[in-house]
Amino acid sequence: MSNRILEVRGLSRIYGHGCPLCVESTGPENDTNICPHCSSVVAVHGVSFDLFRGEILGIIGESGSGKSSTVKMLYFDDAPTEGEAIFFDNGERHELFQRNAAQQRSLRNKRFGMVYQNPHLGLNFQVSAGGNIAERMLMSDVAHYGEIRRRAQELLLRTEVLPERMDQNPKTFSGGMQQRVQIAKALVTRPPLLFLDEVTTGLDLSVQAAILDLILEIQQELDTAMIVVTHDLGVIRLLAGRTLVMKYGRVIEAGLTDQILEDPQHAYTQRLVASNL
Amino acid sequence: MNIHYEFPLEEVGYSFGFLDEYAKKEVRRTILKAICIPGYQTPYASREMPMGRGFGTGGLQLTLALIGPDDTLKVIDQGSDDSVNAVNLRQFVQLTCPGVGVTEKLEEATLIQSRHRIPEVALTEAQVLVLQVPYPDPLVVVESSEARRKIMHAEADYSRLLVKLYEDIVHFDEITISHRYPTRINRHYVIDPSPIPRWDVPKLDQSPALILLGAGREKKIYAVPPYSVAEPLVFDDVPFRVEDFRDEHGQRRACARCGAINSFLDEYSDDNNAKIYQCSDSAYCDGQLAQHQQREVKG
Ligand SMILES: Nc1ncnc2c1ncn2[C@@H]1O[C@H](COP(=O)(O)OP(=O)(O)OP(=O)(O)O)[C@@H](O)[C@H]1O
Ligand SMILES: [Mg+2]
Ligand SMILES: [Zn+2]
Repeated sequence: MSNRILEVRGLSRIYGHGCPLCVESTGPENDTNICPHCSSVVAVHGVSFDLFRGEILGIIGESGSGKSSTVKMLYFDDAPTEGEAIFFDNGERHELFQRNAAQQRSLRNKRFGMVYQNPHLGLNFQVSAGGNIAERMLMSDVAHYGEIRRRAQELLLRTEVLPERMDQNPKTFSGGMQQRVQIAKALVTRPPLLFLDEVTTGLDLSVQAAILDLILEIQQELDTAMIVVTHDLGVIRLLAGRTLVMKYGRVIEAGLTDQILEDPQHAYTQRLVASNL
Repeated sequence: MNIHYEFPLEEVGYSFGFLDEYAKKEVRRTILKAICIPGYQTPYASREMPMGRGFGTGGLQLTLALIGPDDTLKVIDQGSDDSVNAVNLRQFVQLTCPGVGVTEKLEEATLIQSRHRIPEVALTEAQVLVLQVPYPDPLVVVESSEARRKIMHAEADYSRLLVKLYEDIVHFDEITISHRYPTRINRHYVIDPSPIPRWDVPKLDQSPALILLGAGREKKIYAVPPYSVAEPLVFDDVPFRVEDFRDEHGQRRACARCGAINSFLDEYSDDNNAKIYQCSDSAYCDGQLAQHQQREVKG
């Protein structure tokens, strides 16, 4: 039995009408992701990778390279123009983009988790921190108030949110605390696959470090596979065993994170590593 | 266009039931569809009625589409047959449906149109209850987009509604919804049962009578067919409770007029600003009173 949890092949996303020349006119060689003929944005093109159970895969690249677009498609926030992704779950094989909308929502609510850079995308600011966690449990048909409270408490404790804050609105929380609540919320269904998109960007360094530690601990405790999107090499170095380097929508380098950091092949990666030393 | 066309004289004036035959047919078809999909908000082309939307035009269109010369109608507003609203609606039906009987006695009625209450005495299989609905969609409080609400209904995803109940318990130790309690029909669609009090919600469950709900402004009709399962949305460990009408000593309050201790009570202030309680269902109150008087005469 393979430990593969996700198989992504040829994932592509073009924003705009597209034309037959879009792909060949864009990419790292052309130094752009905008098609000169039709002005469409080739945000992601031909991205392929495998992800294994409990593994953390990093996606790094400069702004606009297509990192978020890649993850958004896998989490069904956006639909690809081409490509396929297969999610292996308890012996079941889900062709993600062949599933109907209801099945996709069910996977998203129960089997995947997402932590966004912007907490407004991940949290419901109409309700308390505990309510945010409750919402995801209620989606999974847990209907026992006491059980929901207990589990929310447990998760907030685990993500180091003070218990007395559970019934407060996350609006009033610091940025780091909001990310902790997002992580707790994402974990409540114990998803085998978690997406994290720039979760520490914009936070104080010490807060960043604490959250990265938390992510690592969780991965070890729960054996959750994760895709971590960042433009920060430090995050990749700490979390990801393997890394994809993206530029203008393409994966230009992929491999073990240590190798990429020590011996970057692509000129772009070399510059990236040099500037981060 | 034939400008020489002359309207046949015998068709001048209102058709029976005010609505034209086509409109009535459409409402009836919508009712059938609503019955087939219990709790589903079935859209229809709500007609303009000669009264403001919000005065029960949705309920009225249901009544007018269903009523026939053999029917006997009872109209109630907040439990009372003689409030202005009820009187107006009743008169309108009498005016536009010649030959139709009207009554205040529940047992005589074949069709009951009501706002904000379900009668205290259980309805029968021979009766149809029409409820007037101002806001048909219970999800509107958590989702403003109708397209997204429709998906949530289709998938029976009421998690965000339940989160609201969760927040209520967190902040107030109980679910504070007093009217329009979201209620799940036949284990799928959650409805807004119209602004009935909690007290009336259990009457929806296994009701022998067909219950139809009409929202004129929002152009929706939905149904609780006879003997449907109607379950208020709750948590497994936080049961649904109806109003208990207890005084400060824990004693069940009685109706100041008929003495009933098993009815939904309205609260009034008397001349000395003291609170008094009376049956909200005036016909029920009258009935109880008449029974007492009979007993006194006999005794
Ligand atoms: N909805 C959209 N419509 C048009 N273009 C879009 C849309 N979303 C993203 N893009 C474009 O696609 C490209 C990739 O965007 P994406 O958000 O994936 O980049 P990113 O690598 O996550 O960048 P960042 O580090 O700034 O978050 C960018 O050029 C962006 O402008
Ligand atoms: Mg991004
Ligand atoms: Zn093009």
